[in-house]
Amino acid sequence: MTSSRSAWVFAWLLLAPAIIYVLIIVAWPLVETFRLSFTDASLRKTVNYVGWRNYEKIFNETFLTVITRTFIWTFFSVLLKMVIGMCGAVMLNAAVPGRNLFRILTMPPWIVPMAIGIFMWGWMYNGQFGMISGLLQRFGIVDGPVAFLAYGGSAFWATIITDVWIGVPMVTIYFLAAMQAIPKDLYEAAWTDGASRWTRFRRITLPLMAPAIITMSMLSLIATFNSFDIIWILTQGGPSGQTTTMIIDTYQVAIGSKKYGEGAARAVVICLFLSLFCLAYFRVTRRLHTMDKA
Amino acid sequence: MALFRNDDTPMIDRYRWWEIIGIYAGIFVFLFFMLSPFIEGFLVSLKPLSQLFSTPYSFWPENGSFKAYFTMWESVPGFARYIFNSFLISTIATVIVLLLVVPAAYAFARFSFRGMGLVLAAFLAVSMFSGAVLLIPLFRLMRTLGMLNTYWAMIVPGAAFLIPAAIWLLRTYMMRIPKELNEAAYMDGASQFYTFRRVILPIARPGIIVVAIMTFIGAYSQQFVFALTFNSKTEYMPLPIGLFAYFGKQEVIWNELMAASFVGIAPALILIFFLQRYLVGGLTAGAVKQ
Repeated sequence: MTSSRSAWVFAWLLLAPAIIYVLIIVAWPLVETFRLSFTDASLRKTVNYVGWRNYEKIFNETFLTVITRTFIWTFFSVLLKMVIGMCGAVMLNAAVPGRNLFRILTMPPWIVPMAIGIFMWGWMYNGQFGMISGLLQRFGIVDGPVAFLAYGGSAFWATIITDVWIGVPMVTIYFLAAMQAIPKDLYEAAWTDGASRWTRFRRITLPLMAPAIITMSMLSLIATFNSFDIIWILTQGGPSGQTTTMIIDTYQVAIGSKKYGEGAARAVVICLFLSLFCLAYFRVTRRLHTMDKA
Repeated sequence: MALFRNDDTPMIDRYRWWEIIGIYAGIFVFLFFMLSPFIEGFLVSLKPLSQLFSTPYSFWPENGSFKAYFTMWESVPGFARYIFNSFLISTIATVIVLLLVVPAAYAFARFSFRGMGLVLAAFLAVSMFSGAVLLIPLFRLMRTLGMLNTYWAMIVPGAAFLIPAAIWLLRTYMMRIPKELNEAAYMDGASQFYTFRRVILPIARPGIIVVAIMTFIGAYSQQFVFALTFNSKTEYMPLPIGLFAYFGKQEVIWNELMAASFVGIAPALILIFFLQRYLVGGLTAGAVKQ
């Protein structure tokens, strides 16, 4: 194999188109966001630098509430995805007839156009005609119609549930693959020693899946933090801002009110959090890798 | 494969009857959660409007029919166009991603020069920033390039965020192609480009096809935020945005909209059945050690 100069040139030539594309469409806008956050950019033609004024303006109680809300929303969504995904993987891993079909049936929420799945949830949450309210009334759990998206508290959880619904298939399939990579003889040895199913899960499956669980939670954390479509389609951040997360908030200010400068400052705060998550993810996965090799 | 309980089933995989019931009950609840919006959506598409807006709620359609699937083409004007747009946008985005990713993945798989590890990490970092965060500069960029309110406004940014996963997937596949092939080609005096074009590409074709399908599905399923923000022309709208415009209106013909939604997701549902194995392989490549 050559490691000559021509190979070097060739390798970078292969990479160049992709690098240039991503530089223009992702890296440059990222830099622009930082620059714009120090300006008063709007629909007007003139753009002035205003120093830290945008940041001074946004850091008030409302914004801190939005940040806290985003973290609570993300935390519960990721937690539920992990728990439900793990339960799903365990059940789909059981050697029962039909499991191949069940695995296929898990995937639709992940594969179909996201927005369309969310429309269907919107109908289900409808108080007058939707399935959830309808069935709850039928079984006598509630007295009258419950419009889930009309009240802050229920809308908050409704958006979480829909986000979980979209995220669970991927987590389940990923956990299932990790579960199947565990050597069978470990289970057989434990079974010979009389370990119960629960003990085998607790002492073999869970510890050996720790890297997969950690990796998936971090990836899921980043994806969930970025979640936009679900809340925008179901509630647009309402009622009275009760489902406004940082992304929704940024969108309302930047695209809704056309305050590009202020919106950029809000986007920068999101980017800072995302960078932290990203760094944490790379550190953790590298540590998991070195642990594997040791 | 111990699918059925017979004498070949290993003892460890045998369940008592109450365990079997527990597993099936659990799977039922799980799948009901996963599929309930589709079940509800499908039933709604069968119900006549009068039943939809009547109380008390009834789960099963009475006098259900597939009428909505025929009338929707007229009630949702441009519906066929929306589906066409969705496919067009996804297809072009997939082609762009492949043109960029196939060479890049080969470079990452075969060469290891200083700095390439960093570039790979940078690509992965890209996938962690959603387009929604970068909307403001992207909007200005699209305006400068004159792409606002054209197909390109939805294709160009969308493709960028599909690149990282595609690179990762194809790189894993290409790393499995034996290095000896490159060495043999080199001995025969083939140039780097000739080797890539004539030796590697034909062997990598199955991997490239899987990446193409995954990218297409991604592009098809994530058409929302760019289309919502960068395009206001009805004739260019992809299906989700076209339908979204209707969902906000006062008098929504829900059964027809649900029927329309089903026609829109049908391609994805059909793909799942044929490609389940690749999807699983694609997702877990590189992430889970085999």
